[in-house]
Amino acid sequence: MRVLFKTKYLDDIRLIKHSGYAISYGLLLVVALLLPQFLGEFYIGELAQVFIFAIAGVGLMILTGYTGQVSLGHAAFLAIGAYAHVFFLEMGLPFMLSFILAGLISAAVGGLLAIPVSRLSGLYLAIATLGFAIIVEDIAKHWSSVTGGLGGKMVPAPKFFGHEIWTAWEFYYLCLAVLILIVLATLNLLRTPTGRAFVAIRDSETSARCMGVNVARYKTSAFAISAAFTGFAGALLAHRLSYISPDIYNIITSIQLLMMVVVGGLGSIHGAIFGAVFIGVLPQALAISKDFLPLAISQTPGLEPGVFGLILILFIIYDPQGLYGRWLKIKLFFDIFPLYRKSTFKKQKSYTKTERLR
Amino acid sequence: MIVSGIAQGCIYGMIALGFVMVYKATEILNFAQGDFMMLGAFLGVTFITLMNMPYWLGFVLTIVCMALIGYLLDLLILRRVIGQPTFALVILTISLGFVIRALAGGIWGGDPKSISTPYSGKLLNIGSAIIAYEQIAVIAGTVILTTLLYVFFRFSKMGVVMQATSQNQLAAYYMGIPVKMVLSLIIALSAAVSAIAGILLAPISMVDTELGFMGIKAFAAAVIGGFVSLPGVLLGGILVGLSEQFASIYLPQGVSPVIAYIMMIVVLVIRPEGLFSKIHRKKV
Repeated sequence: MRVLFKTKYLDDIRLIKHSGYAISYGLLLVVALLLPQFLGEFYIGELAQVFIFAIAGVGLMILTGYTGQVSLGHAAFLAIGAYAHVFFLEMGLPFMLSFILAGLISAAVGGLLAIPVSRLSGLYLAIATLGFAIIVEDIAKHWSSVTGGLGGKMVPAPKFFGHEIWTAWEFYYLCLAVLILIVLATLNLLRTPTGRAFVAIRDSETSARCMGVNVARYKTSAFAISAAFTGFAGALLAHRLSYISPDIYNIITSIQLLMMVVVGGLGSIHGAIFGAVFIGVLPQALAISKDFLPLAISQTPGLEPGVFGLILILFIIYDPQGLYGRWLKIKLFFDIFPLYRKSTFKKQKSYTKTERLR
Repeated sequence: MIVSGIAQGCIYGMIALGFVMVYKATEILNFAQGDFMMLGAFLGVTFITLMNMPYWLGFVLTIVCMALIGYLLDLLILRRVIGQPTFALVILTISLGFVIRALAGGIWGGDPKSISTPYSGKLLNIGSAIIAYEQIAVIAGTVILTTLLYVFFRFSKMGVVMQATSQNQLAAYYMGIPVKMVLSLIIALSAAVSAIAGILLAPISMVDTELGFMGIKAFAAAVIGGFVSLPGVLLGGILVGLSEQFASIYLPQGVSPVIAYIMMIVVLVIRPEGLFSKIHRKKV
């Protein structure tokens, strides 16, 4: 176990806490950069999709994991990002400009949504965002002049300085670059006063307000930032699928996004990425396992969400801290080898007492 | 048309009643309530159409079965998560809904089914209006059910115990109330209520696995009604049902399916506590 000796205040908020970080994440980066050399086109495409989901996951993590605001409507921001991006591309704007504009529009909508819903908490917030997502899906269905209606739209290939990105590995690097930028931005955000205000709001809104945090303002900015990142992911996803239609962005997608951050582990960027990997791998694993199952089971409608649901139920009952929590437990076990106690991560029993006074 | 709006609204209201009962007792928002209704409708189909039982016997059997299923679900799953943060509960119940939907799809298949009732197909003429008996059955069923629930919560010992448990679990423990069993019973009761909604709905619309999505609309009804008062929730449901009917006629296409959510967000913005309720917000 490594004991850090801090001599400066700045040591507290350094991104690279000790050389171990530099080595392990550096190795990870090298592996990610070299992967297209060794994998087939199919797997590179799938990995790019995992990165896209990870971007959306980081976006949602800022809102749900760090600010404590549950959102059941993040697919709406994916949709807004995607439609805005395609709209601007068709107007003839260059890729970078349209990509950034898509994020900004998504952020603006997120900020606007936050004004009414930031007054709500917990459950009501989840319901309100769910309603918002359904409304956005409906708008996408009926505003045909922009969205192409139910039929959907083809997405032009991304272009950089006149060079079209068609091959899978170019797109892979594009997604990887965006993901790295977003993760770095989030890490930096979390060590600024803004990020600390987010965490304070998550831990206790009342005490955050007592400490002088303007709760409404910070909730709005959390919504906007989260929406922007999810909007970026939406724009990339549109390219990945090369086709957009309203039913890609339904409630199930929103729930998948939320699942991702919960399965990964709330309150950590690792969690968002683990969750994205999980969500990316599971359908493949299911598709493969279908070949071995009897026909009656493998042809059941709704099998995939059912299995998803089952796994989630098991996670929430047995491992509420998610994959990242499990990783931390394993790490701690080896760090303090013979001394590990199961009760380190144990939760206290809580009784519900209503806030309704009558 | 008004009657069919009210009938639709009553169904929303009944599902929403189930939500609110569970929510008041456990602070769990049961997203799977709509799927309970779907399961109830399917059980009704099995008993009445497939096994050729008399309608009323099938009706009662379905309710009993659903209550049992609700009790078991609480025993096995929900009991372990009471008191956990909101997101965990939300996700747990949503995924429960998925699992139920997949199971139902596996057992009954994806084709829509329907129930024939002793009164189906008959029409009632009042002046110029023609009303189907199925819709009257829904409305009458709702009225009877609400009255029964009201009497139960107000006058029976178990009802009062349930109210006490939902107000303060710890205090209920101190008073010697078997809290865990009471919570299971509440969930069983709410499952039974949604089963009734399912059976009453089955003759009007086809029964398939997508029926569960109605649960989400019932939420809007619950929120509009204020989430904690049972009569308010029922009113909210009727309001949603009526406005859907009117929106489909007078407003542009595409508004009707989402009018419930638009109303819900408006209500949340203006009166976050719902139109008919009393709730206290934390203030500094």
